[in-house]
Amino acid sequence: MRYAMAIDTRKCVGCSDCVVACQTENNVPVGFCRDWVVEVVEGTYPNVSIELRTERCNHCDNSPCVRCCPTGASHIEDGGIVLVKHNKCIGCGACIQSCPYDARYSHPDGYVDKCTFCIHRVREGKKPACVSVCPTSCMYFGDLDDPNSEIVNVLKNRKFKSLAPEAGTKPQIFYLV
Amino acid sequence: MKEELFVSGRNIPNIDPFLNIWHWQIPSYLFLGGLAAGILFFASFFTIMGKENKMEATVKKAPMIVPFVLMLGLFFLFLDLKHKLYFWQLYTTIRLESPMGWGSWVLMIITPISILWSASYMKEVFPKWDWKFKILNTIEAWLIKNRKIIAWPMAIYAVILGIYTGILLSAFNARPLWNTSILGPLFLVSGMSTGAAVIMLMSKDHKERKIIGRIDILLIIVELFFIIHLFMGFLAGSEVQINAANLFLGGKFTAPFFAFVVILGLIFPAVLEILELKGFKVPIVIPAVLILLGGLIFRFLMVEAGQITRYLY
Repeated sequence: MRYAMAIDTRKCVGCSDCVVACQTENNVPVGFCRDWVVEVVEGTYPNVSIELRTERCNHCDNSPCVRCCPTGASHIEDGGIVLVKHNKCIGCGACIQSCPYDARYSHPDGYVDKCTFCIHRVREGKKPACVSVCPTSCMYFGDLDDPNSEIVNVLKNRKFKSLAPEAGTKPQIFYLV
Repeated sequence: MKEELFVSGRNIPNIDPFLNIWHWQIPSYLFLGGLAAGILFFASFFTIMGKENKMEATVKKAPMIVPFVLMLGLFFLFLDLKHKLYFWQLYTTIRLESPMGWGSWVLMIITPISILWSASYMKEVFPKWDWKFKILNTIEAWLIKNRKIIAWPMAIYAVILGIYTGILLSAFNARPLWNTSILGPLFLVSGMSTGAAVIMLMSKDHKERKIIGRIDILLIIVELFFIIHLFMGFLAGSEVQINAANLFLGGKFTAPFFAFVVILGLIFPAVLEILELKGFKVPIVIPAVLILLGGLIFRFLMVEAGQITRYLY
């Protein structure tokens, strides 16, 4: 089992619904967020192109945050989901330094917090909060090892990229371009 | 032209717009760790060479401050933790992949060694010292007999500690300025140089100061070569590494780096030390304090600048 997400940058309108859904679902403290939307504009007017993408923890296969954690608080759950055990985290900040995507932050309660792929929902057979609220259905969540899953199908038929693959982290969020 | 912005808004404290999760605690901790490593290395080196009576300050006096230096460093590390009550979790796991993890174990080993070392010289440095309990006197007698045996692991752990202060940073692939293997040796040499500076400050013996001064000049020259090497490596690297080097070669860290670290912290004290060897009268306080300040500022700049550098995507 390998959970992953595919995000269609051509369908995303940048409404930030995913961000609000995540904050509500996971009780993210005010001023913080586990996912965010980036707009990348390239070129000069009138020849410009825009890419919108919602970003979050990439739940990397080769996760530097898990490797550098001195206590084992950052760990990999079944399905490749990278999680932080709050009562093992000492808040040293090493994992925040090690993440090329700046996907982690220091929770006001002290421990380090990040996207969990809504593992509590996934275990119940539901989709992550961000995926389930997307008004344009631009996000696909599923198991890469299941050949019949929607995500495998969409990755088979579309061109995609991942962020900073040169960092060697093997990110598991794929952006359809 | 490429422009990026958060349309959902994002202004997480200490993460946006630039990562700044490590403040003064970590560079101070790295500085103190390097300094302790330097002192302990020289103490064990001259003991192994059988020169403990010629190098009184190096072998006997300077190591006295090391337990306090290490404990202060550990206290700074503790201050850096955001989930402080859980700090003991560091010592319930051994994770060799994590520099933070094995570094805290190295400190757990070298701090007691340095305490034992200081204890064995207590009576020599403070003649009125009395251990009061018989068992402590027995332990002291055993320590005095086995100093040379203790010196070996102490030298090895001192080198590991010195290199660790650099590897703590260089293991982070996500921060291009830190992600270079030269940082380990560079921090080791710099730490040994600051250790030598402390010994020179504490030594009253002219001959001893001369020996340490000579070693220090060599260390400074090696350090300068390592710094050149560091930037050469970056400039021959990928775009993110070139950007990292440019922070120091024209960017906003250029002036403090070259003024306080390269010139005032390395070249100027080296020149003063050479002049002293040639027979000029130079108050040793000046080069020693400059080296210490240079080492401290170097670590502050590296930690601060490293957090700004990142991957582009």
